[in-house]
Amino acid sequence: MSNQNWPLFEVFIRSKNGLSHKHVGSLHAADAAMAIENARDVYCRRNEGVSIWVVPSTQIVASDPEDAEALYEPAKDKIYRHPTFYTVPDEVGHM
Amino acid sequence: METTALEHRFNQKIEREEKIEPKDWMPEDYRKNNIRQISQHAHSEIVGMLPEANWITRAPSLRRKVALLAKVQDEAGHGLYLYSAAETLGTDREEMIDDLHSGKAKYSSIFNYPTTTWADIGAIGWLVDGAAITNQVALCRTSYGPYARAMVKICKEESFHQRQGYEIMCAMAFGTPEQKAMAQDALNRWWWPSLMMFGPTDGDSVHSQKSMDWKIKRYSNDELRQEFVDKTVAQAEYLGLTIPDPDLTYNDETGHYSFGEIDWKEFYQVISGNGPCNKERIEARRKAHEDGAWVREAANAFAQKRANQQVA
Repeated sequence: MSNQNWPLFEVFIRSKNGLSHKHVGSLHAADAAMAIENARDVYCRRNEGVSIWVVPSTQIVASDPEDAEALYEPAKDKIYRHPTFYTVPDEVGHM
Repeated sequence: METTALEHRFNQKIEREEKIEPKDWMPEDYRKNNIRQISQHAHSEIVGMLPEANWITRAPSLRRKVALLAKVQDEAGHGLYLYSAAETLGTDREEMIDDLHSGKAKYSSIFNYPTTTWADIGAIGWLVDGAAITNQVALCRTSYGPYARAMVKICKEESFHQRQGYEIMCAMAFGTPEQKAMAQDALNRWWWPSLMMFGPTDGDSVHSQKSMDWKIKRYSNDELRQEFVDKTVAQAEYLGLTIPDPDLTYNDETGHYSFGEIDWKEFYQVISGNGPCNKERIEARRKAHEDGAWVREAANAFAQKRANQQVA
């Protein structure tokens, strides 16, 4: 058997404590433990991270780009959700 | 949504410099064009390990050896970033590797030239990586998101590759007369193949126009080649080495160097499989893949064992 069936894993790296894990790419591995080992070699050759997450690519549920309008458009006209929508008298200073 | 409407929206995104992401609708030709270019690029990184790996055991010092090892490792990594970028377009890893091994897929013609002396390692880092970086910096702004992100990461890492090459060239060019002669000989052999790395002239480039329209390519082959020549000439002069082109002259009016005619017959011979090392390179790749079969089997068996233990 070749590596024909090795699943694809998405790799996320935390560059330092205090920051979130960020997606960096993907790789194939026989299982999750091997995916972590490979991710270390492929994506962390120069102190890029202090922590690695790997997730089977099949487990990622993504929104459909077709739905982008329905999902994100409604937020665009709600400018009253931003602080700059409101006036505060100059005399009051920073708020 | 109808295809024409989808295509219109796609073109608008390209127009606005928005990246195209894996799940976005894209014309089939855009997908194919990207798969072809990204996988060729990945294959070039992988085959590119071979000419340099040839010298790892014979590096003249430990400093040179760790640098060369790190560089070759980077190239393996770069190949993997690129394969995974290509896979986001729906192609399969095994299929890409099979295409490389069967000779169906192309890779950069430069890697079909032999590395006959240690000075070649200097010349490759300086010229071949220099040319690759010129091309890759431009590709950081390519329109397909995963390809652009892979390029950003690759460019960050490759700058050391060129510097280590130039350091080797300096050591040899300022060394003994014999060393300097080796450096000159390496420049003589690698200069023209490096210029060929940018591909055919714009008039003859089959895929160029569509790729430019789709912003997969941001600059033409000839523009990038010119940029490379312009920045490399002074580096050769500093080394006291002569670029093997009697027609190379600085043009005061344009502010660019003009250079002699590239031997396109040689270029087409090499990409069609008749370069000095084409057979050797593919055979080395195939052998590595076949010799690694037992490792992949062992990894599968181990993964299976680990899975069983977790159940128990």
